Formats: sequence, C-alpha cells, structure tokens
Amino acid sequence: MSAKTDVKNYTGFRTLTFVCLFILYAPLVVVTIYSFNASPSITVWEGFSLRWYGDVFTGPESGKFKAAAINSFSIALIAATLATIIATSAATAIVRGGIFKTRTLSLGLISLPLMVPEIVLAVATLIFFNAVGFTRGYMTILVAHIAFCIPFAYLPIQARMQGIEDTYEQAAMDLYATKAQAFRRVLLPLMMPGIISGFLLAFIVSLDDFIITNFVKGAGVETLPTAIFGSVKQGLKPNIMAISTMLLALSIVMVTLSYVVSKTDNTK
Amino acid sequence: MTENTQIAVDVRDAIKRYGDFTALHRISLGIRDNEFFTLLGPSGCGKTTLLRMIAGFEDVTEGAIFLYGEEIEDLPPHQRPVNTVFQNYALFPHMSVLENVSFGLEMRGASKADARTRAGEMLELVQLTQFASRKPSQLSGGQQQRVALARALAPSPKVLLLDEPLSALDLKLRKAMQIELKHIQRETGITFIFVTHDQEEALTMSDRIAVMSAGEMQQLGDPRDIYETPRNMFVADFIGDTNLLDVSVEGIAAGRATCKLSGGHRLTCDAVDGVNAGAKVHLSVRPERLFLSDQPTAAESLQGTVVENIFIGTDISTIVDVPGGQHFTVRTSNSDRGNKRILDPGTTAYVNMEPGAARLLVD
Repeated sequence: MSAKTDVKNYTGFRTLTFVCLFILYAPLVVVTIYSFNASPSITVWEGFSLRWYGDVFTGPESGKFKAAAINSFSIALIAATLATIIATSAATAIVRGGIFKTRTLSLGLISLPLMVPEIVLAVATLIFFNAVGFTRGYMTILVAHIAFCIPFAYLPIQARMQGIEDTYEQAAMDLYATKAQAFRRVLLPLMMPGIISGFLLAFIVSLDDFIITNFVKGAGVETLPTAIFGSVKQGLKPNIMAISTMLLALSIVMVTLSYVVSKTDNTK
Repeated sequence: MTENTQIAVDVRDAIKRYGDFTALHRISLGIRDNEFFTLLGPSGCGKTTLLRMIAGFEDVTEGAIFLYGEEIEDLPPHQRPVNTVFQNYALFPHMSVLENVSFGLEMRGASKADARTRAGEMLELVQLTQFASRKPSQLSGGQQQRVALARALAPSPKVLLLDEPLSALDLKLRKAMQIELKHIQRETGITFIFVTHDQEEALTMSDRIAVMSAGEMQQLGDPRDIYETPRNMFVADFIGDTNLLDVSVEGIAAGRATCKLSGGHRLTCDAVDGVNAGAKVHLSVRPERLFLSDQPTAAESLQGTVVENIFIGTDISTIVDVPGGQHFTVRTSNSDRGNKRILDPGTTAYVNMEPGAARLLVD
C-alpha cells in the first residue's frame, strides 16, 4: 500500500482512534478498577481489597444474586442448546436444501430479529404471551430467550457450512453411507467449530439480555441483569461493580473462545 | 463384440434435462466387464453428467441404466455398488488416511477391525502405508489422489468411476499416474469408467473411448479406431492434430472418390457412404502421415511453399502453403532414420500423402 493512501497517515487518525477507544473502554476500566476498592464509595479510592467480591457471595444481597445467577445460567444453557439445535437444522436446510423458492426469504426471516429494535421484540413477545395466556415466570423468559438466540447461533453455523463443499457428503453417500450417516459422520464433525461458536454466542447473548427479560419475567423471578438493575435503582454500591467485572471476564472468555473455535480447522 | 462379453454398465436411451436445457440427448452405450472405458469430450459435453448419473448423484430424466443386468437408475447412491474418485478427491478432512479408506467398508457393515485390515491392504496397493495416520491435508496432491483411489477401491466396487482424477496433477506426475491407474485396473480386474477432456490421456489409457460433444456421443471405439478413422469433423478435430481441408467431390469410381481442393488440385481417397459426386465435404489428413520432398514423388504430390518449421522435440512440424489459400501441417520425425526432409522457409516443397491417409468427413 502506498504511503499516501495509507489511512494511518490521514490527519487526526491517531487522535480519533484514541478518542474512540477511550470512550469505549474507559468506563469498563473504571468499573474494573473500582471493584477492587476497599471503600464503600464508588468514587474515592481507598486501597486494594477483594471485599466487594466477598460481599457478592456473602453480603446482604447474596441470596438475591445467587438465585438470579442460577436462573441466568440455567436459562442461558437451555436456551443456547435449543437455539443451536434449531439453528443447525435451519442452516442444514437453507445451505444444503438446494435452491428452493423461499430460500432468501427463510434466510431473511432468520436474521431479521438481529435488525429489529429489541424493545419492539420485547413488547411483541409480551403481547404474545398475554394473548396465549402464559403466566409470566421462568418459562416465559426461557421461551423468549430460545427464540431470540436462534439468529445469533445461526450466523456462525451458516458461515461454517457454506465453506464445506457438498462433495464430502456425496463422497460419503457414494461410500454406502445413508443421508443420516453422511450427516453424522461427515457433515456434523466438519460443522462442529461453527456449532460450538454459535452456542457460545447464543449463551452469552442470553446471559446478558435485559430488555426482553425485563418485559417477560414474572414478579419475583430475576436474572442477573434484572437483579443488578433492581439493585442499582436502590443506590450504586461497589458490589455491583464486582458482579459486573465478573460478568465482563466471563463474556471476554466466552467471546474469545467462540472466536478461537470458529477459526479452528479440525481438518489439520 | 463377442456374444459372451458381459456388459458391466448398460446405458439405454438416457436423456438428461435441466429445465429447458438438454444436457444429454438420448445416450445409449454398453460398457464391458473389466474394461478401461473413457468418456472423452470438451467441458460441457455431458461426460461428467453421465458419470454422475451412473453414480446416482443426478437423476435420469428419461431412459434406464443397468449395472450387470440390474436396473439402478432409481437407486440412491449408497445402494449402488459403484464408487467414485472425485475430481477434487473429496477426502474427509477430519479423518486420517486410514479412516478415509476404511469408511466405505464400515458403512457396508464390515467390523472396524476387518475394515482397517482391508484398508491397510489398499494403502499397500497405492504405496501409502507409511502415511496411514496422517490427515489428508498433510499429503501432496499426488498422494491425496492415491488415497482417493484406495478409498474408492476398498469396498471392491463392481465399477469404479473416475471424474478427471488427474487434472490437478502436474504433467510428470500425471503421466506416472496414468500408467499406475492402468496397472491397478488390470490388477484388480474392476471395470473403470474414466472421464477426461485430455485426448492424449484417453488414447494412452483406454480400452475403448466414447467421444462426446454437446450432449451427444460422436463416436465409440478403441483408441486406434478413433484416431485413425474418425467418424466426423468433430472427432477428427478433437482427437490429435489434423489437416482439415474443404473439398468438393468430383466423381466416385471403384470405391475411390476424386476430390478437388479449392486451389484446383485433385486427390483421391476412399469413398464414404452417403457422399456422392458434387458434395462439398472435408478431407482429414494427420500431419504425421504426410511427408515433404523437393521433387514430386507421385502424380498427386502437391506443390507449395514452406512457411515455417516448428521444433517440438520429438518432431518437427512444417507449415506449407498451397495454392487456393490453404495450408498443410506436416510432421517429420526428429531422427536421422527414414527419409527426413527439412526444407527452409520460402523454398518450394511437395506435400506427399501416404496411401490411405486421407479421410473424407461429413460435417
């Protein structure tokens, strides 16, 4: 690339980059640092301590957080699993189903929820549950999460599958494998990195969701995001920063894992 | 064909249409047991489509396919006792070489131990025993090609289908594999159906060749037939090099046709059914069946001017302009034996034809 057209040489490139990075990450850095603060104040630094991490597990709000964490993780696990299964089936049908008339439409319908404002989905889901007479509670959160996780699980699976030539399945069938055997022995192992990546993405999206969950949850059923929000409304305390930091760490681990897995080549 | 020659694959009036497009126009051919049969043609001629119809990856729009007397065109691929060597090999990238080769055996119900034993034997046949535990991506193109061959041969198919398996290899390796394939075919006694667009490859390897073009079979015969007595313009032009000349038939007498070139010169050659006096046809003469001289050697010697000598290693190819705006390519063996005559460009030369070298062709 010639030096003149290299974007790095544009006036203000460096400044703009640092401003953007600062705006994006400064709040996260502050929260992370202050979660280790010894003081109950959220602005005055009084020294390093793990006090607020202890508080999350043993403090006055620990029961609430524990119940919320159990709900969050169990919902994320079930929702991500089911969404991944549905997304894998959808990807198989759309990528391997040949050319059918509603193919583009199907693809659009699956990825549309990513583009629709979440608040609209939340209201729509709530109205739907009311219309069919579901009592709001754990189950409504779970069903809603399964639904909105599908597009997140779908995209990495589809991307992976498009890279797999269909001659592999033909070769399997040529070698006496039935369609089901060709899928299980050849296509599925080759798709696995995409499937795991999709699962992790769906898991983290479910764990993190606030808006839809807040709409469809019943009274007394909390997930971590709604519990944190409830707690914050009664005043900002450093234990929230500790929880946030732990969630942040988990998210970083899972997103990194998802990325690494999607890049792995199980063919080498 | 003798009466007791068994037919391995019998394609009867097979037609393949994709919507309005007809990829294969009513093809009928019988591939004999234990023969090395080649489907030869340019890309888009339907040869791969026909192979995939035999394998079961393409439906047969009309017609039938029999495998050793059993009708198979409605069976799914996994129920047909034929195996395919794919053009890009399609080795399962997540399995080792040994797992790849034993896959077909396991799917057929062999125990894992039996499958592995047989797969080991197949790897021995293709000399890849020491690579059994490698992944396909760790092998060279030529080695992958041999794994694909071993994998397809392992379940002892009744017919082996090969879809341009050598096209990705470089020339030296391709030539070596041609010999190895032919050798393996003889050794295993399995009927091979080989698809290629490379006429030299087809001539080298095949017992019989079906030349295809535009979804139709142009000629079926052994390599010599196809090369020496092409049935039409397409075959003459596609197989090897040839001089194709526009001629008009002046008269036919005693099985010989007298033809006039556009420059007025007359040549005689064997008459062909359906070509009568007055017909505008083509004359095909292979360049190696022509020779040059500086004096006429016969009444039919054709006077011309040497344009260019092209050195091609084993031969020297000379282009000679003759009156009437036509030119001949003459091949002379690059050896001191025989009556080698290399004439300089610009000199007068006489083009002479071996008896029976010229062949009349209808479009």
